[in-house]
Amino acid sequence: MPTALIQTRDLLKIYRVGDTEVRALDGVTMQITTGDFVAVMGPSGSGKSTFMNVLGCLDRPSGGEYLLDGRPVANLTDDALAEVRNRSVGFVFQNFNLLPRTSALENVELPLVYAGVAARERNLRAAEMIAKVGLAARGHHQPAQLSGGQQQRVAIARALVTRPKLILADEPTGALDSRTSLEIMALLQELNRTGMTVVIVTHENDIARFARRVLRFRDGRVVADEANPPLDAALMFAEEPVHA
Amino acid sequence: MNLYALLRVALRALAINKLRSLLTMLGIIIGVGAVIVMIAVGSGAQARVEEQIRSLGSNLLLILSGATTSGGVRMGFGSNLTLTEDDAAAIPREIPEVTAAPALRGSAQIVWGNQNWSTVIFGVTPEYLEVRQWEIAAGRRFDATDMAGAAKVCLIGQTVARQLFGGVDPVGQSIRVRRVPFTVVGVLEGKGQSMMGSDQDDLVIMPISTARKRVLGAANLAKQRSVGTIWVKVPEGNDMKAAEEQVRALLRQRHRLQPGQDDDFSLRNLEEVAAAQEASSRVLALLLAAVASVSLVVGGIGIMNIMLVSVTERTREIGLRRAVGARTRDILGQFLVEAVTLSLIGGLAGIALGVGAAFGIARIAGWRIVLSPEAVVLAVAFAFAIGVFFGFYPARKAARLNPVEALRFE
Ligand SMILES: Nc1ncnc2c1ncn2[C@@H]1O[C@H](COP(=O)(O)OP(=O)(O)OP(=O)(O)O)[C@@H](O)[C@H]1O
Ligand SMILES: [Mg+2]
Repeated sequence: MPTALIQTRDLLKIYRVGDTEVRALDGVTMQITTGDFVAVMGPSGSGKSTFMNVLGCLDRPSGGEYLLDGRPVANLTDDALAEVRNRSVGFVFQNFNLLPRTSALENVELPLVYAGVAARERNLRAAEMIAKVGLAARGHHQPAQLSGGQQQRVAIARALVTRPKLILADEPTGALDSRTSLEIMALLQELNRTGMTVVIVTHENDIARFARRVLRFRDGRVVADEANPPLDAALMFAEEPVHA
Repeated sequence: MNLYALLRVALRALAINKLRSLLTMLGIIIGVGAVIVMIAVGSGAQARVEEQIRSLGSNLLLILSGATTSGGVRMGFGSNLTLTEDDAAAIPREIPEVTAAPALRGSAQIVWGNQNWSTVIFGVTPEYLEVRQWEIAAGRRFDATDMAGAAKVCLIGQTVARQLFGGVDPVGQSIRVRRVPFTVVGVLEGKGQSMMGSDQDDLVIMPISTARKRVLGAANLAKQRSVGTIWVKVPEGNDMKAAEEQVRALLRQRHRLQPGQDDDFSLRNLEEVAAAQEASSRVLALLLAAVASVSLVVGGIGIMNIMLVSVTERTREIGLRRAVGARTRDILGQFLVEAVTLSLIGGLAGIALGVGAAFGIARIAGWRIVLSPEAVVLAVAFAFAIGVFFGFYPARKAARLNPVEALRFE
């Protein structure tokens, strides 16, 4: 039986702006098993990003329980949370968030710097990850010299470099055209096939189709949880006509 | 993250905005430079004062003719010659171990060949040079025989030797002092400037008997044996205050002054004068350094300003670093090291500027400077402290950013 990598119960996140209270997460109870590929969907403001940030230990919930890999994270110190983010989670963002004027390789190395890995090993592992996302030849390019899809690949390499259990991607294809989006989805599917747990947020049904499971949010709650026979992005990418 | 990694990150961040980093450092460069120059000039002035004090000779009392005050009004010293050679002779007789040297002062035109120079003439006894601890550079002193015979011999100071003789050896030459021919028997060693800024080497010394009879004349002197000043040397280790009181009592008695009547002379303990000078030069040096450090503080504020801008500009970067595992202290360290790097590089450049400027001042203005390694170390330590102090607030601000909000920041 597959183990639950993520377990939440009655997860709450409440923001107070003036007198009004915004319930960004309003009692989220769910599990994600190891090796799953989950797409989180829902209207704008429904709490998807908030949910991802809590899962990634970047944000603390206002209430409820969260177990990551069987371990409750509620009582961890800030430094311990930083270590969880460093070791167990890889973030991918809509706007890539690469350090400007810094080579792709050095961007990929960054999490290893905070993990205290020696320079020599950092270089090796960063080069390995860059090759894995198919950018071996672009390691010394700076973000400004790379296309959006290539930048997102670098960001994915950076998320993978500490060999985390979980990839959290908040609208990873939001800034990319459909063809490049397929490329990125193919890469994520490939990672998932090797056992990596992947959670992505997306607005597009076309993107959600590549996940095994779709969670729908509304007003901070999970309103639907559907299994999904995933399409193969790599296959579609191969069939997609190339637009000049 | 270790210090080396932090330093690399800092250097890279600073290299991205080279001009901005340079302009920010400029405040520290100027501040450190100013501190170094001011300390160099201040210690130079102090060193000069100390040298002057040494040139004066130690354990000296100076007695001047005429009252210090008369009905509250300060009188010109020596305008009324109340002291005499007999007073000078009485002092070592009545007070054991002290030496007294009377001096009669006047000015005169002196001529050698077609050269002439206007200088100060001192008529003194052989004790004078001993009391003033004044060595001779060439020739000989005059002695008791010269005194007794009112011999027409004189010693000249370095300035006179240079002005009148140029490169020629003055010893044995004949000069005219107020038309009276004198033989130069010796040249005094240089003493440099006095504390009041006058040239101590611009003088001619001759036996007091000769001065009185042949040069300064009795016409402008009230009494036959009167003198303007008496120098008194007290042996090393004796109580100067006690000696001062003994001399005062003796002179009051000799001048038949009633109790309650003001002194008709004034007594100075030169050590006290010197100590006061030294203290004021030290205060001046401190003041200069303090003023200069204000510019360092201003430089520090510049660093703080730029670091705050930098933190805001790099909010997203900070969020990203937090997301990939940076702890708050990693972020704090990163920005602190960046601020300290700015201030330290600025400090090192400031040393170069300061040392260069100090030598420039020494050369162009001719001021005495003293460059001490302590001052350099102090300036760098100060720059470092400024970096830490003014870098801390922006760094803490960066470290305290909420990572989620930082990542959302536009
Ligand atoms: N720092 C904050 N302060 C106040 N309210 C906030 C804050 N962050 C998020 N919210 C609110 O929480 C709710 C959920 O926000 P969240 O960003 O999770 O939505 P989302 O589902 O990701 O939307 P989108 O699809 O537009 O990205 C929104 O109503 C938002 O206004
Ligand atoms: Mg969102």
